[in-house]
Amino acid sequence: MAIFDELMDAATLIVPRLRMSAVRKSFGATRALKNVSFEVARGEVHVLIGENGAGKSTLMKILSGAHQPDAGAVELDGQPFVPANPLHARQSGVAMIYQELTLAPHLSVEENILLGEEPARCGWLNRSRRRQLAAQALAELHHQNIPLDAPVNSRSIAEQQIVEIARALIGQPKVVIMDEPTSSLTQADTENLFAIIGRLRKRGVSVIYISHFLEECQRIADRYTVLRDGESVATGDMAKASLPQIIQWMVGRAISEIYPRTPRQMGKPVLEWRALAGRSKPQAASLTLHEGEILGIAGLIGAGRTESLRACFGLDRIRGGVVLVRSSEATHRTPGQRLAGGMGLLSENRKAEGLMLNRSLADNLTLTRYGPLSRFGFIQNRRQRQAAQEWMDRLEVRAQDPGQSVNELSGGNQQKVALGRLLHHQASILLLDEPTRGIDVGSKAQIYKLMGQLAAQGKAIIFVSSYLPELLGICDTIGVMCRGVLSEVCPVAEWTENRIMAAAIGQSDPAAA
Amino acid sequence: MNTSAPRKAFNLFRVINIAGPFLGLLLVLGLFSLDSEVRPYLYTGGNFKIILTQTVIVAVGALGMTMIIVSGGIDLSVGSAVALTSVLGATLLVRGYSTAATVVLTLLAGGLIGLVNGLVIAGFRMPPFIVTLGMMGVLRGSAKWLAGNQTVNIPSSAPLNHLMALASPTQLFPLPPGVWIAIGLAVVVSVVMRQTVFGRYIFAIGSNEATARLCGIRVPLQKVLIYALAGLLFGLAGLMQLSRLTQGDPTVAIGLELDIIAAVVIGGASLNGGTGSILGSMIGALIMAVLRNGSNQMGWQNFTQEIIIGIVIIIAVGLDLLRQSRMKT
Repeated sequence: MAIFDELMDAATLIVPRLRMSAVRKSFGATRALKNVSFEVARGEVHVLIGENGAGKSTLMKILSGAHQPDAGAVELDGQPFVPANPLHARQSGVAMIYQELTLAPHLSVEENILLGEEPARCGWLNRSRRRQLAAQALAELHHQNIPLDAPVNSRSIAEQQIVEIARALIGQPKVVIMDEPTSSLTQADTENLFAIIGRLRKRGVSVIYISHFLEECQRIADRYTVLRDGESVATGDMAKASLPQIIQWMVGRAISEIYPRTPRQMGKPVLEWRALAGRSKPQAASLTLHEGEILGIAGLIGAGRTESLRACFGLDRIRGGVVLVRSSEATHRTPGQRLAGGMGLLSENRKAEGLMLNRSLADNLTLTRYGPLSRFGFIQNRRQRQAAQEWMDRLEVRAQDPGQSVNELSGGNQQKVALGRLLHHQASILLLDEPTRGIDVGSKAQIYKLMGQLAAQGKAIIFVSSYLPELLGICDTIGVMCRGVLSEVCPVAEWTENRIMAAAIGQSDPAAA
Repeated sequence: MNTSAPRKAFNLFRVINIAGPFLGLLLVLGLFSLDSEVRPYLYTGGNFKIILTQTVIVAVGALGMTMIIVSGGIDLSVGSAVALTSVLGATLLVRGYSTAATVVLTLLAGGLIGLVNGLVIAGFRMPPFIVTLGMMGVLRGSAKWLAGNQTVNIPSSAPLNHLMALASPTQLFPLPPGVWIAIGLAVVVSVVMRQTVFGRYIFAIGSNEATARLCGIRVPLQKVLIYALAGLLFGLAGLMQLSRLTQGDPTVAIGLELDIIAAVVIGGASLNGGTGSILGSMIGALIMAVLRNGSNQMGWQNFTQEIIIGIVIIIAVGLDLLRQSRMKT
């Protein structure tokens, strides 16, 4: 028997923890997965890279038991693994951490961690055992500081994510799958998450990590697999990979220049903030935006960048300071007046705020300017569809039809629709809040190109982003916001990633940081 | 000073959050006692007995409704369900069924109504508002059909009548059995909601249904259970209605569902689901009864009562919103 056990142990070291081979899955006529194969070893961090729509989410759903594959094999420790539902997947040792936080906001931290796996006898809760298990899970993550009794919606986003991870750790998972875990985290919390991933790996837990941030993947991953159009097109050791090569695999073509520069000239000033102050943030934001300028605002999450744009657009109350539009004072205005004045805002939250998700592309694109599409107050469907179709073609929105509902589109295409609304409105001052968040590289490149074209036409753009390479890549000038205060806006040539980071955390001199 | 002030305010709000419905009850009682003519009548044991007895039907309904609302649902068919079950109970008694058989069959009928609601809501993923709105008409019509469009009188000697009868009307005790049943059930349902896995799943589903599904909770099954259990309680409310009137009346309890929903909301539940408590709902039911009773004592007309109760509901929900916004910041 002992020999047999040893043989088994040796075997489990060779057999990969998780293996997918030639997995296929179709929904009706759409082939979501055509041919996906990859292996994850015990204690390995494996990144899945791919554009939105490449098949990552279908893959996740197969591993979590929401869908069953049409063909191909999935093996966990050499055994066939076809989970029937999320609970079954979890009990088999595959835990999932989703991109959108999936906590029950009214329940306590402790209740959320054990949700669905409450220790109980005959339906009767064992509270002390539950408390012990929850405390244990948080301790493993070195986060005993989170109070177990607090309602989870009273904690920060980063802490909520820790709770989410703690929940995944209940039941000693063999494989943890993380979908875009850092998309809503600050730099410090991201570092913290990486430390946690390191500890999981040491315990022999395999981590499948899905992310758009290639630099991030490079830091933490052992190996990678690139998905494109439902196929696994490349796999290998992260240490030996080059980013341009990976990007080329992702999009299937070489992106010679992700950050294109259009020839453009700065014209007259169109928007000016003088010590703009909102309810709590911003405290003092001053800038001058010119025609044909892309002005970047960098900073950490919570620094007050979104609040500045919202106050400027009339969504939040302005407490102090002055806003000038085309050199005339226009501080307190409603969003309707701002739109009439040619200003447009792209919300950072396209799902909750930016789009009417269950309405059609045509409705979303034309919402703010029905004038040319209607006669005597009646909207003419034909003209509306025509206008929408034109924008869809110009923005290369991948959709079947202008009547299609927006929630059927991928994130990148949704974002193009949200941006298209500003263009249909013929806005000349564009306030873009994180326009590339959570969308794939291909769509990002298209949006950068579009912004360059708009600036070349003389439109003025404020571009808020947390991603430094894109700010440095396409902006003409950049200001950094730190705790509600905007730094002086300087030409992009005067900034480096280190200098921006130092300013964002409140260190004026990078040498001192 | 500067740093301690906001913390103090926060604590005050926490206290209000927990004791809010209690304070509301005291406030309502206090307001009616301002009138020196009403005061001696209001604060008698006999009157409290009347208030408690008047509370019972709404309270028992609120037990089921609390489960439903906390789970993120709503049930508009309660008034009609109470009418139908009371007519059914009366009809069974008149046809010579024993009291025990009548009670069991009537409760089962209530549970069956809830089961149908739950199956349609969970099975077809239909909005509870629409399903129960439709059910409201179906049940009301069925009640009139069963009763032949008239009231069904039961013999005054029927043991069921004792459920809500006021023996020795000038003293608080003995309370009618119905009051004790309601109190006992309130304790049971409260413990179920706090201490059992089923109870915590009610909160989880109401707080975030998608999460509940991800965590392996069988959401449809839980919903069917919630509506069926609530239906049993609504059946009991029907029996109490029958006992109080000593007749099955198919036109009784019109708008009762709104009283019940108001009691649950005044008690601190959110119509979006995820929050609420049995204790709060019971206090909410009491507030509604005290308002009615006090208005009667003041000699106010029926329409005045309706206006006042409407305003109280709006104020209660407004306070709740204020409370939540304070909790967040």
